[in-house]
Amino acid sequence: MARDTETLEVEPIACVGHGVCAELLPEWIRLDDWGYPIIRKEAIPPELMVQAKWAVSNCPALALHLRRKKA
Amino acid sequence: MTLTVARTTNRPPAPDAPAIPGPRLLAHMHPPGVVSGTWQSLAEHRTRYPRPPTPRAKPWTELIDAADQAGLRGRGGAGFPTAVKMRTVSRGRGRPVVLANGTEGEPASYKDKLLLTYQPHLVLDGALLAAAAVGADRVVIGVEQTAPDALAAMGRALAERASVEPAGIPVDVVATPAGYVTGEETALVQFVNGGPALPTTAPPRPFEKGVGKRPTLVQNVETLAHVAQIARNGAAWFRQSGTPDEPGTALVTVTGAVVRAGVIEVPMGTPLETIIERAGPVGRWAAALVGGFFGTWVPAAQFNLPFSRAGLAPAGASPGAGIVIVLPHGACGLSETARIMAWYAGETAGQCGPCIFGLPALAGEMAALSHGPVPAQGLGRLQRWASEVEGRGACKHPDGAVRVLRSALRAFPHDVERHLQGQPCGGSFALPVIPVPRAARNPAGR
Repeated sequence: MARDTETLEVEPIACVGHGVCAELLPEWIRLDDWGYPIIRKEAIPPELMVQAKWAVSNCPALALHLRRKKA
Repeated sequence: MTLTVARTTNRPPAPDAPAIPGPRLLAHMHPPGVVSGTWQSLAEHRTRYPRPPTPRAKPWTELIDAADQAGLRGRGGAGFPTAVKMRTVSRGRGRPVVLANGTEGEPASYKDKLLLTYQPHLVLDGALLAAAAVGADRVVIGVEQTAPDALAAMGRALAERASVEPAGIPVDVVATPAGYVTGEETALVQFVNGGPALPTTAPPRPFEKGVGKRPTLVQNVETLAHVAQIARNGAAWFRQSGTPDEPGTALVTVTGAVVRAGVIEVPMGTPLETIIERAGPVGRWAAALVGGFFGTWVPAAQFNLPFSRAGLAPAGASPGAGIVIVLPHGACGLSETARIMAWYAGETAGQCGPCIFGLPALAGEMAALSHGPVPAQGLGRLQRWASEVEGRGACKHPDGAVRVLRSALRAFPHDVERHLQGQPCGGSFALPVIPVPRAARNPAGR
């Protein structure tokens, strides 16, 4: 049975480039030359889920979100 | 913003120009000898465009079906099927609103201003019919405040109707601030709702939650004029012009190295060459920026392509909002693009980091390529930045900048090579061919 998957998305208007997310989840998020996150578009692998949630809840601008995609 | 296009639609075509059949929206302006700039009173309008049929039901799904059968696509740039949008809005949560988008922030475009100024009643017919089709009880018409003629014509047309043909629902004209992103539909909706004219994070899109949080049908004014024609003449008539996949006519603003800069109406699929010849060429051509600042450079070797989405696809281009800017032989496409990139950087809404910082960086890199000195890393950094900026804004503004930049590198490969070797072409020191307005907005950082 296929499971729902989740992706990480940033709200570009809300993001001001603190860079916390890339510190907490370097496997999935890197920063561009101006300090804004570039996030991989694929579903987050289960082993990174805890760090992903951690990154979401620690974004100072509340700009990072998990989006559930139906299987 | 300065208007870059003369109102010259009434001038007779060049003697050897190929005939272009059947204008529909500008029928009263095309015959030679007709004085241009005639504002159409309602009585005059009704002699050429009889009163459209009265809707039988609310929502008037027959008209949505007719737009569907007609295969009408939006003429504002994205080319989305009009009927799909109408159907979604009519089935949305709450009473719909129709928002006619006449902001036309694209600097090279003049067709919407032309239509609003000289055919205001045709736009109003279309907006009111679309309102009936989706069951809307309010119409808002957005016109950029820098287009006083269009605003005045709309105001006059509405006043004239009030006594003779009352609309039955409120119709408001809203003057929008100057600026490219103002015409982006979420920006327009936010402005009508009393906020700043800046794009918002989507979803929700305006068709779900727009003006007054109600489902909102945002349509370009030319699209609405076509809706009026379809309501009156039917889908089969609409399909007599254009291609089977992209039926109907389109208004095209032709500028640059042409004698008769202006707006012409052509069947979809008319060869690019025919459109340019009709406007009267100046010497030889190098390329054309098709789709405007938000468009794609098409080299002259591909001018035989049909002006339609499918037809221009081999050049990676699309009609966009119907714009052709002709670049003459000897001009430098890279320098023209560098100026357009600077304009893009200045026109950012200043909301999203990759756009605020990425566009000035790309503009700087492009300016270096056009006049030197070329950075040591050559094109590498430019291409990396382009791919990193693309798709990372709330709206498509940065994507448009990246598209025009990439197409310049593709269309002028020999120039790129010579510029990189420190030998910019002569044209890069000449006066600009494409007038670039001063950016209306300054991001001013944050």
